[in-house]
Amino acid sequence: MNDKLFVKGSEAIAEAAVRAGCRFFAGYPITPQNELPEYMSWRLPEVGGTYVQGESEMASMNMIFGAASTGTRCMTSSSGPGLSLKAESLSCALGSKLPHVMAIMMRGGPGHGIIFPAQQDYEFAVHGPCHGGVKQFILAPSTAQEAVDLTYSSFDIADKYRTGVLILGDGFLANTIENVTFPPMKKLEDLPQHKDWKITEYDPNHHKLITSYFPPEIMEQENIKMGQMYEYWEEHETQYQNYLMDDCEILICAYGSTGRICEEVVDELRNEGLKVGLFRPITLHPFPKKVFEEIDYNRVKLIVSVEMAIPGQLVEDIKNYVARRTRVEHFGRSGGVLINPGEIKEAIHKMVEE
Amino acid sequence: MEIVYKKSSNFIEAGHSFCPGCSHGIAHNIMMDTIDEMGLAEKAILVYPVGCAANAMTYVKPNVVHAPHGRAPAVATGIKRCAPDKFVVLYQGDGDLAAIGMAETIHMANRGEHVTTIYINNTIYGMTGGQMAPTTMMGQITTTTREGRGLHGEGQPIKMCEMISTLGEPKFVARYALDNAKHVIEARKGIKKAFQMQVEDKGYAFIELLSMCPSNWHLSPKDSVKYMEEEVIKTFPLGVYKEEV
Ligand SMILES: Cc1ncc(C[n+]2csc(CCOP(=O)(O)OP(=O)(O)O)c2C)c(N)n1
Ligand code: SF4
Ligand SMILES: [Mg+2]
Repeated sequence: MNDKLFVKGSEAIAEAAVRAGCRFFAGYPITPQNELPEYMSWRLPEVGGTYVQGESEMASMNMIFGAASTGTRCMTSSSGPGLSLKAESLSCALGSKLPHVMAIMMRGGPGHGIIFPAQQDYEFAVHGPCHGGVKQFILAPSTAQEAVDLTYSSFDIADKYRTGVLILGDGFLANTIENVTFPPMKKLEDLPQHKDWKITEYDPNHHKLITSYFPPEIMEQENIKMGQMYEYWEEHETQYQNYLMDDCEILICAYGSTGRICEEVVDELRNEGLKVGLFRPITLHPFPKKVFEEIDYNRVKLIVSVEMAIPGQLVEDIKNYVARRTRVEHFGRSGGVLINPGEIKEAIHKMVEE
Repeated sequence: MEIVYKKSSNFIEAGHSFCPGCSHGIAHNIMMDTIDEMGLAEKAILVYPVGCAANAMTYVKPNVVHAPHGRAPAVATGIKRCAPDKFVVLYQGDGDLAAIGMAETIHMANRGEHVTTIYINNTIYGMTGGQMAPTTMMGQITTTTREGRGLHGEGQPIKMCEMISTLGEPKFVARYALDNAKHVIEARKGIKKAFQMQVEDKGYAFIELLSMCPSNWHLSPKDSVKYMEEEVIKTFPLGVYKEEV
């Protein structure tokens, strides 16, 4: 297969996953991400992998649970309604330390919602994707190429920390057709072998048990380790884009597709005389919180969280990190209405005048 | 002297935590004994449910994956598809398999995954203290059907062998009981047949074992045997429901 393709974001993620060594995929149809499982259904058999269409998102996530326990690189995908259904087994998979990757392409909500792009699952994905207080590693690509690069690395992160990585995109990313360049196909024999825990290795003296069920004292120790891991991630694994932040007086915070749109907004507002910059978190968990300790609050008079979510979700985190050191506002669209640069600019002009 | 019965070497030496008279122990014994006899311990991956059965997962020697409640069929699908040379056995209770996990159960059976299900039907939610299960019999008293099942729109007991045998892919579907020596020997034969099918890659087998839960039936182990003979087996007739081997 060619290294350069003109494809939808969903397909780009699928091919990147295959090249990263993903050999098992299970999913259930839901717009706006159907092209991802569809791609996997023919592509995985080509490379000796397996695709299974699950009878639900729950079943699909549990198939991932099983596949991961054999040490196979594996993935599932869905949209927000599917994330709700995956939540139970996600908690069990994270608690059982089973590496896996999941792509969620958000659509308007709540409820059935609507198939058009939104960012209304930030809160759910970042702060509480499932019971038990466990968290996952969350990457938020803004372009198809970034989605390729992040997906390719996501399997390494999942393996390194024995955790789940969520690629959080939206209907806009999933369906926009773009040019992308793919990294090389990884050799399976070069990947981590997980001999110490994977269930397919039998050792009569070492019973292997994959579970998230422990006596209280052990459970607490596991939770302490989990908390320490999240702290380590915050120290070492955060990623973000700094676009003209260093001299800005107004700072836009936006992630994913909205982040991409806001780059253009920054350029245009600068032309109109406002010193605007963009902070675009790429890792939503661990969140690059430290950035908010490095901001010169004498200079930055306004921070605006721009997101396809009403009520705002990211804005609540930003307020928390800013801790009243400057003014924080929210501008958003929601329910599947795609946000546009013109209205963002207008909203920021208005905020400045207030 | 000839040894006619011994504990399977697939248990670690650590007692067990099933109640007196519970059939989970007998089911485990014949399952492990068969794994022993067929030399499958190294290849085996046991998928455990949520329910009393999960008590056993720390004292068996083969490798174990503990699935979320009812999801063992989906978990087992992921395992077997990634490791087709392994011997995968699902061990599930009736609440786990026939209520919360019904969709996963039917669809795995319908795909005909090359695994074996051991289904422990004790007509009750054992672990949570004796609530109505999908298999609870008409008139059976549980903590959530205090006047007996059937008076308040609970429907009738679900019969899994009958349902599974209507599907195209399953190759061997049979129901046994664990109430007396004769029945246990028959059950063991059924388990062996099902295991052999998986070894030979002949498709999906579903083995139902009618089991006793004296604690939540509120009967002595002895009276539980009687209840099994007089009530349970009448509701859930024993026998082979499908055989295409
Ligand atoms: C999602 C979820 N729902 C409910 C429970 C509580 N629960 C634990 S065991 C069990 C019932 C198990 O009954 P059964 O499958 O019949 O097994 P038995 O204990 O009778 O062998 C339930 C409902 C749980 N652990 N997880
Ligand atoms: S509660 Fe019932 S099923 Fe559970 S261990 Fe006791 S007798 Fe067995
Ligand atoms: Mg039961």
